[in-house]
Amino acid sequence: MRPIEIGSKLYAMLSIKNLKVEVEGKEILQGIDLEVGRGEVHAIMGPNGSGKSTLAQVLAGREEYEVTGGSVIYEGHDLLELPPEERAREGLFLAFQYPVEIPGVSNTYFLKAALNAIRKHRGEKEIDAVDFLKLVREKMKLVKMDESLLNRPVNDGFSGGEKKRNEIFHMAVLDPKLAVLDETDSGLDIDALRIVADGVNAMRSPERAFIVITHYQRLLTYIVPDVVHVMVGGRIVRSGGKELALELEEKGYAWLEQTVTGAAAAVGA
Amino acid sequence: MTTSTETIERLASQEYKFGFVTEVEQETIPPGLSEDVIRLISAKKNEPEWMLDWRLEAYRGWLKMSEPTWANIHYEPIDYQAITYYAAPKSAADGPKSLDEVDPELLRTYEKLGIPLREQEMLAGVAVDAVFDSVSVATTFKAKLAELGIIFCSMSEAIQNHPELVRKYLGMVVPRRDNFFAALNSAVFSDGSFVYVPKGVRCPMELSTYFRINAMNTGQFERTLIVADEGSYVIYLEGCTAPMRDEHQLHAAVVELVAHDDAQIKYSTVQNWYPGDKDGKGGIYNFVTKRGLCAGRRSKISWTQVETGSAITWKYPSCILRGDGSVGEFYSVALTNNYQQADTGTKMIHVGKNTTSTIVSKGISAGRGQNTYRGQVKIMKNADNARNFSQCDSMLIGDQCGAHTFPYIDVQNPTARMEHEASTSKIGEDQIFYCNSRGIDTEDAVSMIVNGFCKEVFRELPMEFAVEAQKLLEVSLEGSVG
Repeated sequence: MRPIEIGSKLYAMLSIKNLKVEVEGKEILQGIDLEVGRGEVHAIMGPNGSGKSTLAQVLAGREEYEVTGGSVIYEGHDLLELPPEERAREGLFLAFQYPVEIPGVSNTYFLKAALNAIRKHRGEKEIDAVDFLKLVREKMKLVKMDESLLNRPVNDGFSGGEKKRNEIFHMAVLDPKLAVLDETDSGLDIDALRIVADGVNAMRSPERAFIVITHYQRLLTYIVPDVVHVMVGGRIVRSGGKELALELEEKGYAWLEQTVTGAAAAVGA
Repeated sequence: MTTSTETIERLASQEYKFGFVTEVEQETIPPGLSEDVIRLISAKKNEPEWMLDWRLEAYRGWLKMSEPTWANIHYEPIDYQAITYYAAPKSAADGPKSLDEVDPELLRTYEKLGIPLREQEMLAGVAVDAVFDSVSVATTFKAKLAELGIIFCSMSEAIQNHPELVRKYLGMVVPRRDNFFAALNSAVFSDGSFVYVPKGVRCPMELSTYFRINAMNTGQFERTLIVADEGSYVIYLEGCTAPMRDEHQLHAAVVELVAHDDAQIKYSTVQNWYPGDKDGKGGIYNFVTKRGLCAGRRSKISWTQVETGSAITWKYPSCILRGDGSVGEFYSVALTNNYQQADTGTKMIHVGKNTTSTIVSKGISAGRGQNTYRGQVKIMKNADNARNFSQCDSMLIGDQCGAHTFPYIDVQNPTARMEHEASTSKIGEDQIFYCNSRGIDTEDAVSMIVNGFCKEVFRELPMEFAVEAQKLLEVSLEGSVG
């Protein structure tokens, strides 16, 4: 891991400690620990309902989730103190599992507003129309997106695959430091999956980190992670190298779930 | 700045120099309404006998009528004897001496809307020392219109100078006793605009440039009449995105449009009267009767409105599709915030064969605002092959506001084709979070989402008006999301 230096202290880009989160009184995350360094790609795998998407939403700042304990430090900021738009402006990006439709607002208009909000935060001036169009054209190629999607309303009437590609396109234009991809592979056919993976791989750099959340190992053959974590019942129960994903593919999640139940029972006793 | 904005600015900076209201003295009559008051109004305006008789007839009708109660609005009873029905335009000396004396809240709004300083002064009623020679600009416009035979003047002027046209058309579409508020207006109307576009003439400019100034003089009982003769075309823009200083609480306007064979009238309104304060105190009661008659074959009348102001809005711009093949359109955005109430919509009356109407209504409720769409589509017996498309969408912001839809459909001819779509959505937490997660703050997100929601209506507005309307929504929505 390449830690970053703030003052005299060294930090990972993202450091999550004992994070506990409740939704409507139910504890979904039961103490997550995770460190992500610059340039790293972490995969988080796990069965449905294990809390993967909750983690993604909490990182992005969704209000409905109540953080009941722990801390998240991102680039030296107490992330949990920042409103969601500030997190985005500081370079955090979430690719939604279910991208939201905004009827009547064109994709380009939306992106330009987003990019300018981020630029303003960095003390840069607004991007002019020509430069913006150039940037957008270049990034569209990355995800082989049809130009017609630019002027259509955000995600409105997009197919499932188009929506997911649009998320990666947004990511490419906004150029985040840390990107969280929440089940970007779900609902994609193999060709679309490859295109999305190529887009992500093209953006990998020593300065940028990724957290790739997925249910299937399939995506990880295209986006090869540095670290794989397995989440079960709101906890990370195992971490390892990329070969862990293969092991999971083979054995399923059941054996890990049993381990957890066993451990919980032991604690209970 | 665009040229037209500069023009407006220049025009705006002068004071009543080419004003429509001319030979009136600076005086006011005591409150109350009677035949004597109407005689006095008519005499002050030096009106001919027939006009006075017309007013009196309206008044006698009004006396027998009662205020309508069917609308979904609630307000303190209006005391019609407490209203002053004639007031000469305020002299400059009565207004604030400079912008320093103007309500800072009003100024803040002007600022946000990007209104030029000179125009701010005019809107706020500041006594402006007009030094620009903008009379020439106005004269140029007038000369150009006159060359084409287009008459564009105040109603008062029209009564003096074009009595034959006024007598022929006034009350043709909205009869004197049409409804309580129309009858009141007919009895006491103050002023308004008169437009006549002769046969085959395409009006070369949107008739708006004067209007910001005219609006100062029209008073609370505005009366407008637009006649488009065969094959002519005119776009009329009413109103102004900036709120104006206004002491009247009741406004009761009447607008009549007449389109002959193959003529087209496009009438756009931005209404931003004082909506009252955050606690629902004050604000304009706006009771308006607007109706267009597609008298001729293949004629077309199109209403576009953006209603963000007034404490109460009661308004149903309608079309009577009498000519075969005529077309009526209604595009509306109505926004209610805080304690505002709007009951608005349209009537499309299909009389002729092969007539078509389109209704697109977008209601936005925020705060404790109540927004009602009320629309009627009526297909008469002989209206073969009539078609209507209606789309009524409501958006709710917050959980203390309300949206209501009352569509009335009356089909008396079996060949009619009707389509009706309606939706109600709550502005999504999902949508706002999605915008936030891309770096866009909540206020911008709301205005973006609302503007997107209104897009189908905004694209019917002339370009410059559309941009202003977007900004206006932004300002009107301020503070609607925590």
